Amino acid sequence: MEPLTSKKKVLIQKPLNFAERMYLPAIGKGLKITISHFFKKEATIRYPEVQREMSINWRGMHSLKRDEDGKERCTACGLCALSCPAEAITMIAAERKPEEKDLYREEKYAAVYEINMLRCIFCGLCEEACPKEAIYLDGPIVPSDYLRKDFIYGKDKLVEQPLEKK
Amino acid sequence: MDITFVIEKFILVAIIFGISLVIAMYSTYAERKVAAFLQDRLGPDRAGPFGILQPLADGLKMFMKEEIIPTHSSKWLFMVGPGLAMLTACIGTAVIPWGSPITIGGKIIPLQVTDINVGVLYIFGVVSLSVYGVMIGGWASNNKYSLLSAIRAASQNISYEVAMGLSIIALLLVTNTMSLKEIVEMQHGWHWNVLYQPLGFLLFIICAFAETNRAPFDLPECETELIGGYHTEYSSMKLGFYLFAEYINMFVSSAVMATLYFGGYNYPGMDWVLQITGPTIAPLIGTAVLFLKIFTFIFFFMWVRWTIPRFRYDQLMHLGWKVLIPLAIANVIITGIVIAIVEKF
Repeated sequence: MEPLTSKKKVLIQKPLNFAERMYLPAIGKGLKITISHFFKKEATIRYPEVQREMSINWRGMHSLKRDEDGKERCTACGLCALSCPAEAITMIAAERKPEEKDLYREEKYAAVYEINMLRCIFCGLCEEACPKEAIYLDGPIVPSDYLRKDFIYGKDKLVEQPLEKK
Repeated sequence: MDITFVIEKFILVAIIFGISLVIAMYSTYAERKVAAFLQDRLGPDRAGPFGILQPLADGLKMFMKEEIIPTHSSKWLFMVGPGLAMLTACIGTAVIPWGSPITIGGKIIPLQVTDINVGVLYIFGVVSLSVYGVMIGGWASNNKYSLLSAIRAASQNISYEVAMGLSIIALLLVTNTMSLKEIVEMQHGWHWNVLYQPLGFLLFIICAFAETNRAPFDLPECETELIGGYHTEYSSMKLGFYLFAEYINMFVSSAVMATLYFGGYNYPGMDWVLQITGPTIAPLIGTAVLFLKIFTFIFFFMWVRWTIPRFRYDQLMHLGWKVLIPLAIANVIITGIVIAIVEKF
């Protein structure tokens, strides 16, 4: 058959010469390559002790932010839950009582805020949807666990630590 | 035979047995570490500093595992297999001279369990027996993969023993003795046999790889084709015994290679060291040198394992029968002619 393209290349397998048939020079070459790797720096990172530096747009575990006075920014508008393609976010809103004024920034707040980390695909759409800059995916890798129910993270795990009291 | 002789030998046997077990134990660790380093990894580093307790953890794991004996296996042979593998691996160390006779408190103690005048033959016998453990285990498992592996092991060992024996005949032409002790003493200082028998050594080391079932000749236990081969059905410490026996075999064949071809406990400048340190310390330095050679060989075994891919079965047979044996015969003939000429003139 005529070749359809001009890229056809006929490979000719040359018979091995004596040194090649002996295999020993090739084995020596191979041994040299492997021993050169013996002295190279290993690529492994000892994970729990040493952590790899993530890129700046790395998306990890979510954290619910506080404002500069230490009040929770989230107002439970539900935009994050709406934008979530994996339907991982659930929340129940509540009205702020007068004595909770220094806990929550707005009159409405999230009494329950849960993210199912097994559903979450870490796309970052919740972060983009949030009008209050309350949720960011700036945490570490979500740790492993044994039970499915333990992957549903509530506010106890998501909300930032309160500011240090002056 | 007085009682001190018995005690002396008993202590020596116990020490050698202990050392070979410890070395086999740490060979498993070294294998994993060397493999890791050759592949730019770290290897086991969790159990103890640098992972040096890893063999203990592995051994404990092996003991704790559930022991499964397949219903349709022949139970007695199934249990004999690993024991036989271990036994034949361990008894090879008896004739190896571990050092020149040591003087302790005016008493001269030879650092060799027994100096039989057919030491080389004894080693061969033991090495040939070592395939029985694999064969019996593979047969008794009543598993087609294990049986295939047993057949492979048997034919591989028989094929390579011929070439190994022929390469040794050329060495015996040079040394004129079969006693390992005399062979070592002839290699005093720098007169190592590898300088007189380079081709013989090359053949011997290739055959040693095949006899110990190490890569690139690990066909009896290749995971990809035979899912572990003869130890597919084994679990718990029986499996541990098989793996252990492999490493002891590696240690013994390294020791044999160091003894036959690389001068055993001899090293250049040993007379000068003997004058300085005296007859108690100098043999120990010789022993240390021997162990250094052995460790180098063990490292070489591991290094080759992570470099060369496994042979195909027909390639293995081709190499054994059509390359190594003719070369070994040619080596014998050339050695004989050269010795005849040298003696004549």
